[in-house]
Amino acid sequence: MKIGRMGDQVIAFVCLLSIWWVIASLVSSPLLPAPADVFSALNKEWHEQRLLESLLVTLRRVLISFIFAMLLGGLLGVLMGRFRLVNRILDPILIILLNIPALVVIILLYIWFGLIEVAAVAAVIINKLPNVAVTLREGGRMFDHELEEMSIMYRFSFRQKLLHVWWPQLFPYIMIATRSGLALIWKIVLVVELLGRSDGVGFQLHLAFQLFDVATILAYSFAFILVVQFIEWFILQPLDRNATRWQKGAGNV
Amino acid sequence: MFEFNLEGLELSDQKILAALNFKLNPGETHCLLGPSGSGKTSLLNVMAGLKQDNTVTSTKGESKHQHHNQWLPRKPDIGYLFQQPRLLPWRTILQNLQLVEPDKETVLRMLGEVRLQDYADYYPAKISLGMARRVALARCLLLKPELVLMDEPLTSLDPPTAREMRRLIKRLVCDHPTRSMIYVTHNLEEALELGDTVSVLGNTPAEVIYSNSIDNVSREELETLLKHS
Repeated sequence: MKIGRMGDQVIAFVCLLSIWWVIASLVSSPLLPAPADVFSALNKEWHEQRLLESLLVTLRRVLISFIFAMLLGGLLGVLMGRFRLVNRILDPILIILLNIPALVVIILLYIWFGLIEVAAVAAVIINKLPNVAVTLREGGRMFDHELEEMSIMYRFSFRQKLLHVWWPQLFPYIMIATRSGLALIWKIVLVVELLGRSDGVGFQLHLAFQLFDVATILAYSFAFILVVQFIEWFILQPLDRNATRWQKGAGNV
Repeated sequence: MFEFNLEGLELSDQKILAALNFKLNPGETHCLLGPSGSGKTSLLNVMAGLKQDNTVTSTKGESKHQHHNQWLPRKPDIGYLFQQPRLLPWRTILQNLQLVEPDKETVLRMLGEVRLQDYADYYPAKISLGMARRVALARCLLLKPELVLMDEPLTSLDPPTAREMRRLIKRLVCDHPTRSMIYVTHNLEEALELGDTVSVLGNTPAEVIYSNSIDNVSREELETLLKHS
């Protein structure tokens, strides 16, 4: 019998859940709650309206930082990949940004600009931007020279080059940056919220941490993992499928 | 009549081409013969105006910058058929052609000319090399060029496919009353079948070592030249 991709994932998930449940039963401590306890914590947070509100606040921060990090980082990366001079000038800055600890950026921005929303989001963008730039720089370097010549000879307009020659070549790199980006950004957003905001999932985790309420901590984590997984299933994977139609293995036409 | 003048071409400090001069009448097909690596493709690129990396075309000492227009009296409208089809793999055949000519009717008619009307919605990965070359030919002709540059368009095709492609080129380009062509090849048979005039490229840096109209060409002479160059 053939089991689909979704089926495999469900089986893996159930196995993981069973192992957790067995260990939690053996340990039997509030510091490692069983799946049922986490679910009831989730239920409680939902009914007290905190869960959805926190998720939305955090998701908004994730989206804004994601969009800016992708736009700025992507533009810088492609320019660095295409032009040696730009690369020579910006490469040292990129290396500094890549290696500066996320926490340092967050703390510095909070100190300099105060505990405000702009500082929080800017801290996340600065943390993510260099990763995007590095990935897209590779994309810019891999541009096909032959297609470039072809587009010149066949008098493509700038818009045609952008949409039909450059964008499709960059797309795989954009997807890599998107995937690793979403995962990284939401983790950093939580730290930013924990340190300096009074709403969002990070703030709720902060409260639960003070009470050693592991069930609530896990409940929020799973809720957000689920959100990211939904983004993967319903936005990223369809985009992937759509963009790889033309490859040899895919359908006939 | 178009005239092309080149003082020479250097690629990364190596002189590839010596001084060259070509004259081309409207409707004339000029076959450029030469062994592999003799600089034929570089010459076509310069003619097409494609910038070569690390290239300077030196003009007698005074400046080492690219000569802007080596064509007289003006640069013709050029359609360049590369050796590889260079289709955009992520666009269908129809979409590829519509980037050059937006009018769908015209594109479909041209696809009919190269007998690919049934493949309009296929992606390039799904068709054979011979078919992709025909698509590239159609794209080249959609530009309605005054001059067609062809870089060994029959390489790595099996004999029947190559024959078919040669027939198409003859019908759509050679038999066109005003369309000129420079056809680069290392195959003597192709040159003799398609060309009105023939020249042979040889030596390093490459220069024209033989040039004649097809009626006065002696086959033996060409064979000897190609063997020794």
